[in-house]
Amino acid sequence: MAIAERPAIGGIGESVLRKEDARFIRGRGHYVDDIVLPNMLHMAILRSPHAHARIRSIDTAAAAAVPGVIAVVTGELMAQHNLAWMPTLSGDTQAVLATDKVRFQGQEVACVVAESKYIAEDAVGLIDVDYEPLQAVTTPQQALDAGAPVIRDDKGATDNHIYHWEAGDGPATEAAFARAAKVVSLSTHYPRCHPAPLETCGCVADVDSVTGKATIHMTSQAPHAHRTLFALVAGLPEQNIRIISPDIGGGFGNKVPIYPGYVVATAASLLLGRPVKWVEDRTENLISTGFARDYHMKGELALDADNRFIGLRVGLLSDNGAFFSDAQPSKFKAGLFHIVTGSYDIPAAHVVGDGAYTNKAPGGVAYRCSFRVTEASFLIERLVDTAAHELGVDAAELRMRNFIQPEAFPYRSATGFEYDSGDYPRAMQVALEALGYDELRREQAEKRTRGELMGIGVASFTEVVGAGKGRDYDIVGLRMFDSAELRVHPTGKAVLKLGVKSQGQGHETTFAQIVAEELGIPAADVAVEEGDTDNTPYGLGTYASRSTPVGGAATAMIARKLRDKGRQIAAHLFEADVADIEFERGRYWVKGSPGEVKTIQDVAFAAYSNIPEGMEAGLEGVHYYDPPNMTFPFGTYLVVVDVDRGTGVVKVRRVVAVDDCGVRINPMIVEGQIHGGLTEGFGIAFMELITFDAEGNCIGSTFMDYLLPTAWETPRFETFTTVTPSPHHPLGAKGVGESATVGSPAAYVNAVVDALAPYGVRNIDMPVTSDKVWAAMRGAGVTE
Amino acid sequence: MKVNLSLNGAQRSAEAEPRTLLVDFIRTTLGLTGTHIGCDTSSCGACTVLLDGRPVKSCTLLAAQADGHNVTTVEGLADGAILHPVQEAFHTEHGLQCGFCTPGMMLVGAALLERNPAPSEEEIRWAISGNICRCTGYMNIVKAIRRAAGLGVEVHSEPVSTPTAGVA
Repeated sequence: MAIAERPAIGGIGESVLRKEDARFIRGRGHYVDDIVLPNMLHMAILRSPHAHARIRSIDTAAAAAVPGVIAVVTGELMAQHNLAWMPTLSGDTQAVLATDKVRFQGQEVACVVAESKYIAEDAVGLIDVDYEPLQAVTTPQQALDAGAPVIRDDKGATDNHIYHWEAGDGPATEAAFARAAKVVSLSTHYPRCHPAPLETCGCVADVDSVTGKATIHMTSQAPHAHRTLFALVAGLPEQNIRIISPDIGGGFGNKVPIYPGYVVATAASLLLGRPVKWVEDRTENLISTGFARDYHMKGELALDADNRFIGLRVGLLSDNGAFFSDAQPSKFKAGLFHIVTGSYDIPAAHVVGDGAYTNKAPGGVAYRCSFRVTEASFLIERLVDTAAHELGVDAAELRMRNFIQPEAFPYRSATGFEYDSGDYPRAMQVALEALGYDELRREQAEKRTRGELMGIGVASFTEVVGAGKGRDYDIVGLRMFDSAELRVHPTGKAVLKLGVKSQGQGHETTFAQIVAEELGIPAADVAVEEGDTDNTPYGLGTYASRSTPVGGAATAMIARKLRDKGRQIAAHLFEADVADIEFERGRYWVKGSPGEVKTIQDVAFAAYSNIPEGMEAGLEGVHYYDPPNMTFPFGTYLVVVDVDRGTGVVKVRRVVAVDDCGVRINPMIVEGQIHGGLTEGFGIAFMELITFDAEGNCIGSTFMDYLLPTAWETPRFETFTTVTPSPHHPLGAKGVGESATVGSPAAYVNAVVDALAPYGVRNIDMPVTSDKVWAAMRGAGVTE
Repeated sequence: MKVNLSLNGAQRSAEAEPRTLLVDFIRTTLGLTGTHIGCDTSSCGACTVLLDGRPVKSCTLLAAQADGHNVTTVEGLADGAILHPVQEAFHTEHGLQCGFCTPGMMLVGAALLERNPAPSEEEIRWAISGNICRCTGYMNIVKAIRRAAGLGVEVHSEPVSTPTAGVA
């Protein structure tokens, strides 16, 4: 039966309007900063003005004397409780409050806890720290120079090198390059940017002085994992820790790590016996919490005489800041960067990466990206366009020639991934037709004869999202499964509890739709709960587009288990054999008698009132889903730009996006995710930059310097769909939240470079601002 | 000092330090948390409220500056149980995701429609350009404000194929 003919119960494929909207449109969302507890105190943080300095002394007397100040917390006090340092998600250590040195501007030095946030901020300004400034290291190249100041002397380090990592086959790749007809190379820096969710990070820590129970309301994308980390870091018994992640005002990776503020607020609540609220301001968010990217990349592509890709060689140097706290699976020092072969059948590839400490904020989170996939996708898509320009071939045609073909799936890449499914030529074809590609290329050729600058950018990305499987992917040893607990009440209404956590993705709607599809209970009758670790099953959280691939699969699996139990109950009610019971969309019947049905609601009531002898009562269960593989969403993005020869101003004229994320549970929500990702990709390509001066001062510390796209500059998007189901996901679905941030930056940059390519311009590093375009034009002899 | 203002049509009066920001006065002193804080530099608009019907950023106004004025927050948009057309339209057009910018966006949209009942897409985009949304990409927000105005909602794209059923 086609979906359209089915009764509208809010199943898969229906654009069900969102349940969660009801509270948000009334101003009744409940975010961390909205939480007010009796007797609550407020915490503010003193941060380092220096990028690198030794702390000689800290004088807190004046701050402590301010009326309304309850406590001033320093690293020395934290050290007494063995909490001056904490482990990072990448196996390093990070200072909670600095004791010996400060290692980046904005680092946490001391905290004031006071009766109001105004008093706390006042007192922070009265703490007197005597610093001995040290030379700052602000680039990874500088960091690896012999004689560079050693940043991590706390670890006994003698240099600033963090890790060396390789993927693929070096000798095979060298052999490919040796027989290449042509080698094309590109060096680029994917600059440091920041997820900058509109809600900053914060918490309200409430430790009960009698029971010792710590209830921590926090902006957390991964509340269960954070509970375990709190237990491990603070030595608190895990049953006495409750993380509640309420409504989250956007995450984009920023709310995956544990930040010092959470730890100090919790310690302060424990010591003072009162709830403590800490909510960072925007500058604190931009200068101290998880940045993204900052990868220096060199890619070389070897082609044969027929313009087929035969080898890919990549060198990486990552700037990880003062502490290696990248949020990514333990075994993957450069995340899932090995997706760098992209959508192309490249038989040999070799990736070599190194990381370095610098006097910059730590973090290395995946800004709307699955662990360094964005950097990898950007590099290959820019490199392929570079090849097209160098060889004088069409960028779309070159891609078509080198795509992994639809019949080649499952496809094993040269760096070791097994791609689950894809149809890249079709996505490209749909995009080319939607744009009117050939016509626009004709227009471009004509304009070039008049000296007008028009560019068409192409990007055909492949992502890897939805980690685990657990055996290979873990966060500090916790395997990356996820879970769903489903309880069907006697009246046939249900509660679904999840280990993942929405930050705006609409889980309350889409996960109810999965239950509707699998059990036939209308989505409106399924309440979805997340974020409270006392009330939901364990999960690794929401990031890296993993909610639908893992949590969604867990939901389908538990719904199917309950459906099967329902089948036994239905057999009992019909006095028939279980093997003869049929089920579809919430109705059971005996084979051959479709006229007489028991609904899922009848069966649910029977589960509590009339069960067969020997059966456990109830209709509920929990499923922990460990995915057999990740999912590989893909698509083609096309961007058309016009560039002003006089000013370098780029106008984005068209954006066509074809996304294939397998089966779409709620097409409206999927499209909304793509719009958002295309916008963040636009911001990264043209506007967003966290940079530093030679002393390590952060430039980009407010929204007046760190520029985000508004409605005025954001282009209009034309979105299209192809559907290639994932063969291993129970619903055929793949993740989608990050596709557009991963895929679009290359399309935008490719478009600008394409406009200037006839003049020999091959690269402009992001953000592609007008002044850089102007300089590139003038450098290439393009005059007004 | 004493600050007296009309909040969503009700007269409110409370003590405030002279330096108290209007957003803190609304959120902390008066207890209405629908108005959010996003940036502190009047760049993001999460704190937008209407002051005598005009959108202002309450993170860069003092509570004292609102003394004697009418303030409308998101909590004052609906008429009892009846939602404002902008609220209805944000829901219908999927004009929100995380919800954090939504109160400010809706208030700007409502104020725009008060003075321009039939705005063009350009006029809507200009009106909301002081408000940042990190989730939606703005297209559905624009559609929502047009819908609230009773204007046609332009269809920007159509899927070329529809989802198929699950495979496993």
